[in-house]
Amino acid sequence: MSQKLRLAVFKFASCDGCQLSLLNAEDELLALAEQVEIAHFAEASSLLGAGPFDIALVEGSITTAHDAERIQQVRQSAKTLITIGACATSGGIQALRNWGDHEEFLRIVYPRPEYIESLATSTPISAHVPVDFELQGCPVNTGQLVGILADVLHQRQIRVPNHSVCRTCKLQGVVCVAVARGVPCLGPITQAGCGALCPRFDRGCYGCFGPVVQANAESLTDWLVQREHQSPAVLVPLLRNFNAQAPAFQASGDRLAAGEMNRGDMP
Amino acid sequence: MSDDSWTIRVGTLTRVEGEGALNVRLRDGHVETVELNIYEPPRFFEAFLRGRPLEDVPDITARICGICPVAYQMSAVHALEAALEIEITPEIRELRRLLYCGEWIESHTLHMHLLHAPDFHGCASGLELARLFPREVQRGLRLKKIGNRLLEILGGRSVHPINVCVGGFYRSPQPLLLQELIPDLEWGVTAAAEATRWVAGFPFPDFVRDYDLIALTPEAEYPFHARTFASSKGTSFSVAEYEKVLEEHQVPHSTALQARRRENAASCLFGPLARIHLNFEHLHPEARTVAEECGIEWPCRNPFQSIVARGIEVVQAFAEALRIIRAYTLPRQSRIPYEPRAGVGMAATEAPRGTLYHRYEVDEAGRIAQAVIIPPTSQNQQQIEEDLREYLPRLLTLEHAEIADHCERLIRTYDPCISCATHFLKFTLERDDSPHVPPDPSLPPD
Repeated sequence: MSQKLRLAVFKFASCDGCQLSLLNAEDELLALAEQVEIAHFAEASSLLGAGPFDIALVEGSITTAHDAERIQQVRQSAKTLITIGACATSGGIQALRNWGDHEEFLRIVYPRPEYIESLATSTPISAHVPVDFELQGCPVNTGQLVGILADVLHQRQIRVPNHSVCRTCKLQGVVCVAVARGVPCLGPITQAGCGALCPRFDRGCYGCFGPVVQANAESLTDWLVQREHQSPAVLVPLLRNFNAQAPAFQASGDRLAAGEMNRGDMP
Repeated sequence: MSDDSWTIRVGTLTRVEGEGALNVRLRDGHVETVELNIYEPPRFFEAFLRGRPLEDVPDITARICGICPVAYQMSAVHALEAALEIEITPEIRELRRLLYCGEWIESHTLHMHLLHAPDFHGCASGLELARLFPREVQRGLRLKKIGNRLLEILGGRSVHPINVCVGGFYRSPQPLLLQELIPDLEWGVTAAAEATRWVAGFPFPDFVRDYDLIALTPEAEYPFHARTFASSKGTSFSVAEYEKVLEEHQVPHSTALQARRRENAASCLFGPLARIHLNFEHLHPEARTVAEECGIEWPCRNPFQSIVARGIEVVQAFAEALRIIRAYTLPRQSRIPYEPRAGVGMAATEAPRGTLYHRYEVDEAGRIAQAVIIPPTSQNQQQIEEDLREYLPRLLTLEHAEIADHCERLIRTYDPCISCATHFLKFTLERDDSPHVPPDPSLPPD
């Protein structure tokens, strides 16, 4: 390859944790900088290069009218646009406003709400522009992030394992916290990538990597309600956190909140 | 249009966490207004926490900041435990201190090596700095990695750890896993001292301020969590009095609220310079030796030298981590069970960049009725503006781009975390007769 690929990192509404995951690749960081030109990465460098970029990593969700315009320009400047993390991929924790009253939220936090510009919704990047790949996680896994950059660098198809946290537990021989102890756990419907951290630390998965493909959230929540006698008061907040707006979690959380579930028809 | 008034508009402040701008207005050669404009979009944590189970608070508030999630988790659990009248065990408290050591190491070494040090050597980034100082930057990355490793063992992962809960930890770490870190931590004490001596030799602008330094002051240890504050002006107050002594107020140019003293609207400085001044005697001997021998007189009131203070605190964090791990045995219980009850609790802990205050009201069902969160960058924001106002006059003979550059450098010394309260700082310098140019945040350059 004669010319280095040009990498850009852009931030929208977020906590910076996913871009930090790139800076946390201490062993790979200097080597990566040899392989790609880090052309625009405000958290790490004062040299803010102009587009076009080969890869744009986008962190954060769209919560202001200005950001809704800015993401269009980012898309135009980038050959490959990859979203990193739950905010960019599903709207993040700040999407909880979608279930609340935005005006009231403004009043709760700010004495002078009129100074604040903010949209009533927090939406994922894919609601605004075409996205080439979505890396899930709150935060993303540093190894997976470096891996997908290597995929682009070597012109391979980007891929990360698309099985559930539940399967990671089985592979690691972790005792099932749901079956053995009745702890509500989203492991069966959550995308792997964390290394089954929560079950390994004796707690249920809280879904920070978002839904796995073909997640059957209805079946899981029915099982937790009927067999484990978990209440919607516990399960609705569990589904409505960092990926509240991811379709599988949203549908299931809304169904539980509305009191619609299949009662008693389980063996 | 007068001849002695003019406009500067410069790009983006970088190497900070979050998004903001700086607007400066000059009139007749004097600095009229300095506004640190934080336009990081609001995310409404204090609003959507209402009605949530209190158990969710440490995981949710961690997401305010990916750089200092442990600080949020620690202030949250201590405040909620105060509301629920839970007494944690000394063993749990020690493990919390250990977790905080990991975050101080990770956050301080990141800021020292990749964000701040480049300013003293004309570099745009830590990666560029690594070409000039390969050994030093590699050493910094290794120190940072050990901090992250500590967070992983104890917290599960370094960004948004999953092991912290109200009452303690979901699971106590196995002693062997922690003990395996001892050789790295021993290396870290020495290497962090070398790194501190390296940064202490940087060329610092001669800029000394009369700060009201405020930090937590525990009786017998260097602060992470305590119930008492002290000020360099000689006053002290309890965490319960925090909101009586300090207030948050809103300015039109910022989505972050600014903290100041309620009695006289005066600014204060929180963070490593304040902590070292008010807790010097509690530094570990290794950290104290570096502090005494690095050529800086304490109390240090030059914000540019905060990089040295961070280095000293990294030595402190390594030494403290070693102390805790050497004494550690598997505790009988990882957390204290509790029943929900209605109450109000507040707590403050020392995030890497300054004090972080939380207050929660919980209802009898264990749900959050009210949440108040005052992050470190809010605490320091007014001080940053005042420092800029004081610093700017000496810059005005420079080229516009250089003025902006020097202002950015000063802002960076606070390690501002604008996600907690910024990343892009756009800088505008305005003359009195020109129309106010609103910041045009973070457009990708074209």
